[in-house]
Amino acid sequence: MALGLTTNSHQLDLAISGDRRCLAKILTKIESGFVPIMEVQNPWTLGVTGPPGAGKSTLIGNLISEWIKRGEKVAVLAVDPSSPKSGGALLADRIRMQGEESSNSVFIRSIASRNHPGGLSLFIGHMVNVLCACGWTRIIIETVGSGQSQTRIVAFADRILLVEGPDRGDIIQAEKAGILELADIVVVNKSDISSSKLAFNSLNSSLTLNHDSSISTHLVSALNGNGVENLLSSIEECPKSSQREIIRQRERLLSIWDSRLLNYPGLNHILEQLSTGSITLEEAADEID
Amino acid sequence: MRVVIAKPGLDGHDRGAKVITRVLRDGGHEVIYTGIRKTPEQIINILIDEDATALGISSLSGAHEVLIPKICDKMRTVGLSDVVVFAGGIIPEKDHESLHSSGVRAIFGPGTHSESIINFLIEVSERQKRGEPTGVGEDTGWHWD
Repeated sequence: MALGLTTNSHQLDLAISGDRRCLAKILTKIESGFVPIMEVQNPWTLGVTGPPGAGKSTLIGNLISEWIKRGEKVAVLAVDPSSPKSGGALLADRIRMQGEESSNSVFIRSIASRNHPGGLSLFIGHMVNVLCACGWTRIIIETVGSGQSQTRIVAFADRILLVEGPDRGDIIQAEKAGILELADIVVVNKSDISSSKLAFNSLNSSLTLNHDSSISTHLVSALNGNGVENLLSSIEECPKSSQREIIRQRERLLSIWDSRLLNYPGLNHILEQLSTGSITLEEAADEID
Repeated sequence: MRVVIAKPGLDGHDRGAKVITRVLRDGGHEVIYTGIRKTPEQIINILIDEDATALGISSLSGAHEVLIPKICDKMRTVGLSDVVVFAGGIIPEKDHESLHSSGVRAIFGPGTHSESIINFLIEVSERQKRGEPTGVGEDTGWHWD
């Protein structure tokens, strides 16, 4: 065990001094519960979420290119769901972030959400801190915006970008999921498709109804790059909203709370009791409490 | 296991590679697909960043004789000797021996059953547990038939 600890901290030192292999190994260890001990700086983080197929990864690919031009070092943590049946996962986000793999200024890591108790919330923060210590100046957390636990992961970022496609005329639906109140910036992607303008207008009018002018909205095309530069400036200048900070902290807290519940040692026993009807939900909640 | 499925070179036909990613996912593995037309250097970088345990290379263009040994050599140079390499696609029988000596541990051709690939990875992880060589830079000798 002692040897294991020394190796870990040695590996962490090597990662911080620029060894990518060690950084990758440390991230793997964090996934399996290793808690890195180091000085925490102030990481710059962006959460990107949105429905499947909205163009999140392609858009991130565009942002990466712009940031590299500006001399930033960009790390992406791309989260994809694990199959509940096999536990396996298909991690293909990086296909859409083409062209930058060979650059020393980009680090892309695919993460399977796994179904292990606790989910990602317990370690995503550690990953971000390590990446920051290793000199990555722009850290992106990407998740598909379906399912609350997936969406909540982006709340671990300090600014949140919601990407929508043009084919969802019902962007207001997103409000129901609560993600819209978490987002600092909302983008309607695929401006190369004519219906995107309509989606953009309906988004803006629904935000007007909310009297929330602090959310900035953009119409972009990840395909041809239109609007990406403006979006990038908007991300860089994103003001801190105290109202959203509270929502963000609330989501983080809920996420940790979920983890605690799922890690509760007697959980399976309680679930069995619930399924046979021998205890009520209230009694179950009291027992866990 | 974390497995990278890669398409090196100019070969753009990736139906097979996509089927394999599905098979491995359903077998409980975390599969990272690189997309088509990757250079050996890009594949190496992906292996490093993703901290992969295994690399599956799909080749249908006939360039396997050049590209696969090149990738294996680079892997050894950058210290990825413990990563397991397997290949699939159109790779004639006569080339198998030289690929095995390059460090490729299994070659799957047309007609391969999906269980066969899953069983190969199970065998790999059992060999790893016993401390026996499976990586691209470790002792050759063992390969999957």
